[in-house]
Amino acid sequence: MRVRTTAAVASLVLLTGCGAADMTKQASPFANAQGAKTLTLSVQSWVGAQSNVAVAQYLLEHELGYRVDTVQVDEVPAWDALSQGRVDAILEDWGHPDQEKRYVDDKKTIARGGDLGVTGHIGWYVPTYFAEQHPDVTDWKNLDKYASLFRTAESGGKGQLMDGSPSYVTNDKALVDNLDLDYQVVFAGSEAAQITQMKQFAKEKKPFLTYWYAPQWLFKKVPMTEVKLPAYKEGCDVDAAKVACGYPHTPLQKYLNADFAKDGGRAAAFLKKFKWTTEDQNEVSLMIADQKLTPEEAAKKWVDGHASTWKTWLS
Amino acid sequence: MATLTAAVPRIALPGVLKRQAVRKLLLLAVCAAVLVPLANARWSSGSWPDALTVDLTRPLTGVSDWIIDNRDSHPLFLYFFGHVSNAVVLSVRAVYLVLLGAGWAGVTAVGALVAWRAAGVRTALGTAAAFLACGLLGMWTPTMQTLALMVVAVLASVAVGVLLGLAGGLSERLDRALRPVLDTMQVLPAFAYLLPVVLVFGIGVPAAVLATVVYAAPPMARLTALGLRGADPEVLEAVDSLGATGRQRLLTARIPLARKELLLGLNQTIMMALSMAVIASVIGGGGLGDRVYQALASVDVGAALAAGIPIVLLAVVLDRVTAAAGERSGGAPVGTSGGTGSSGRAGRTYALVAAVAVALAGRTAGRLDWPDSWTVAIAEPVNRTVGWMTDHLYSGVPVVGGTADWAGHFTTWILDPVRDGLQGLPWWAVLLLVAAVAWPIGTWRTALTAVLALAATGVLGVWEPSLDTLSQVLAAVAVTLVLGIATGVAAARSARCERLLRPVLDVFQTMPQFVYLIPVVALFGVGRAPAVAAAVVYALPAVVRITAQGLRQVDPAALESARSLGATGGQQLRQIQLPLARPALLLAVNQGVVLVLAVVIIGGLVGGGALGYDAVFGLAQGDLATGLVAGAAIVCLGLMLDRVTQPADRRAKKGA
Repeated sequence: MRVRTTAAVASLVLLTGCGAADMTKQASPFANAQGAKTLTLSVQSWVGAQSNVAVAQYLLEHELGYRVDTVQVDEVPAWDALSQGRVDAILEDWGHPDQEKRYVDDKKTIARGGDLGVTGHIGWYVPTYFAEQHPDVTDWKNLDKYASLFRTAESGGKGQLMDGSPSYVTNDKALVDNLDLDYQVVFAGSEAAQITQMKQFAKEKKPFLTYWYAPQWLFKKVPMTEVKLPAYKEGCDVDAAKVACGYPHTPLQKYLNADFAKDGGRAAAFLKKFKWTTEDQNEVSLMIADQKLTPEEAAKKWVDGHASTWKTWLS
Repeated sequence: MATLTAAVPRIALPGVLKRQAVRKLLLLAVCAAVLVPLANARWSSGSWPDALTVDLTRPLTGVSDWIIDNRDSHPLFLYFFGHVSNAVVLSVRAVYLVLLGAGWAGVTAVGALVAWRAAGVRTALGTAAAFLACGLLGMWTPTMQTLALMVVAVLASVAVGVLLGLAGGLSERLDRALRPVLDTMQVLPAFAYLLPVVLVFGIGVPAAVLATVVYAAPPMARLTALGLRGADPEVLEAVDSLGATGRQRLLTARIPLARKELLLGLNQTIMMALSMAVIASVIGGGGLGDRVYQALASVDVGAALAAGIPIVLLAVVLDRVTAAAGERSGGAPVGTSGGTGSSGRAGRTYALVAAVAVALAGRTAGRLDWPDSWTVAIAEPVNRTVGWMTDHLYSGVPVVGGTADWAGHFTTWILDPVRDGLQGLPWWAVLLLVAAVAWPIGTWRTALTAVLALAATGVLGVWEPSLDTLSQVLAAVAVTLVLGIATGVAAARSARCERLLRPVLDVFQTMPQFVYLIPVVALFGVGRAPAVAAAVVYALPAVVRITAQGLRQVDPAALESARSLGATGGQQLRQIQLPLARPALLLAVNQGVVLVLAVVIIGGLVGGGALGYDAVFGLAQGDLATGLVAGAAIVCLGLMLDRVTQPADRRAKKGA
């Protein structure tokens, strides 16, 4: 019996590599199956992020011979996963100063991958059909006048300001308080729920006020007009409790796992060069989300029509 | 008090129950009369007093930072969690490579072979068809990933469950100590503890497997303990008289005798592990769950359904195979069933050879991956149907109004008053209310647990959101019970109706909840109403099943005598069947409550708000303070609801 136990312990130790296990080096068990070169990309929940990944995946698979796994992860956990090597790259980041400081500057487990080429902007939007009937709604000072039109069962007698997924960057609750607006922030809980609701409202030409962001394919289906908030100035949103200004324009960034950036070969070089425009991204997003093409089909269509753009990423 | 009730003859039970309930309520009123003024003077009424709150934000953020900073260097991670994580990755990978190596033909053939041995020809054909359907839907690779994950998770759950079950089955004291732990593990909504697992193991397969084990091990443990305890004492005595040692007795007599319970435990564990496979996709578990989750993100119900159907098929196949294996081993002694003997053995050999031949043929033909051209695109027609439904039902249906109007009315007339009522009551009144409901149904212990659990949400500082979630649960349970009991009655009275219902219930019960989150938003808008609707859909099958079964088990003699007295169908139902099926109905309420809570939490993804939103927020932002507090509060709510609806005499039988 003793012998058997010892043997079992010994083989267990051998199996797990004797000493320390490195938590920073753990790929997915599905990676590199059957000898294929694999990399893992994180997909965030919005469709724009899906488009980046779909096109990158298509080119990596068809031009560079990689096998690409995708994992859907929310933004902050994705940073954590990136630092551990569970995913190799984030292709669209909207700015996470805390995470940047922790992982890029202090721990150096994540490396910057450059601009995506797309500039993001968050704001409050009303549908254009409503803004045309009531042009003064596009200034935040007049919002209270229309609160009763934006009322829903969920907003409890006030106007409804619809917010999206809890993973998004938002100061809306503080903004409503600090600008003293007669509104209630209602969280849709996910972008999918928010889009579904907006489409329903638009179909009936109902007024609504929502937190939304550009670039976004939905603008093509539901034209929306931004409501002017007090202008953004550098640093005006530092104290979350006192914030009383709108949102900045953010050049979206790519981030790579530090080891992958160094040893990732052609795939890493390709992802660093990957850079396209807002129009490009929207084109792919619209195919995925509205025409219901699979991300792969949408990517193929775009790739077929834009060889001059992506050829430079491969050089 | 226990001796008093035991002495009363059984027939007089309803009267006694009533008297006992009145006595309990009187006692409670006396306690309240003394305690409430005291509490009122000390902490005042209204919402939960600040003085009784503990703010955990700072320590929890500290823990979170510590883990992230030390995860790569601290011995605890290097020598323990790291190895656990590596072992999980290695085993999942090994299984996955075997499945890929066998190819689609090999996996289908071996699956059918196993199903044939365990459950007969019909199930074998069904299994083969199910595997082929997964391929046809274009989901072969994700199905294999999910299967690999499931194999490892189920094996680990069974190992943990059997160990706990052995401990509980062999020692009375350990059993008493384990029971509350297992109870808690079972009422935990899975969403609540994803965050801490992620923090330690990071996103990905190890975290997904471990979260699954926590969720799926309890039924195995319970049924193992039950099986060991239920072993026939005469057989054990005979074994003893042969001079067997303790270990021999366990291995040769007690475990084989408990085989039926062990297989039932395996069945339950597999079902729970599969339902977790989808929720685990939120933390990067991959496979089919991830496909469902990604489809949800692009508002693509059709694609979500294409990934959801293989999950349903896997669940149905695994359920039928393990259930059939359990039934076979239960009745007859092993060996006489299933056509063994020389002809059976030859058949088995032929089948094995055939399976291997199919696998090899697939391999040599170079067709290991499912051929891309052999897929059927169901996403597009499904989306068109959903689109038509929402276009025509959302608003503007003449006379009855659209679903959006109903949702609005439901929110304004039911959800709002219940929530405002609960939040408007003084905190001690809510606790008293819980005690007054729980005590007459259960024992003073269950009542105390319920009250303390609800109080804990106040202490955690989430009293208001907890009551908000509670109001959603109450509304959803009410709707579920009305619909479920009505359907259950119909199913119990007509065999045809039941046959028609069975596949529908199977699908509702195993279809991942994420699949119908988007249709409910399209129908009911964003808010609490769609969360309630999703919860009703999910909890309905269990309530229908338990009700139908309870009604059918009503003593036929009682019904016969009622019929001979000329009672109409309605009278029979009201005066005989429903009262006699009371235990089953209470069980239905209990199950309904626990299932509804699990989905109302996921409703945070469609605007349900309250604790569900906090849990999602915690996961999305990696915010341990918000997420873990919400998770703990959900657990407390689950415990409270479970205890409040748990009849005193059921505890002994639980788990079967």
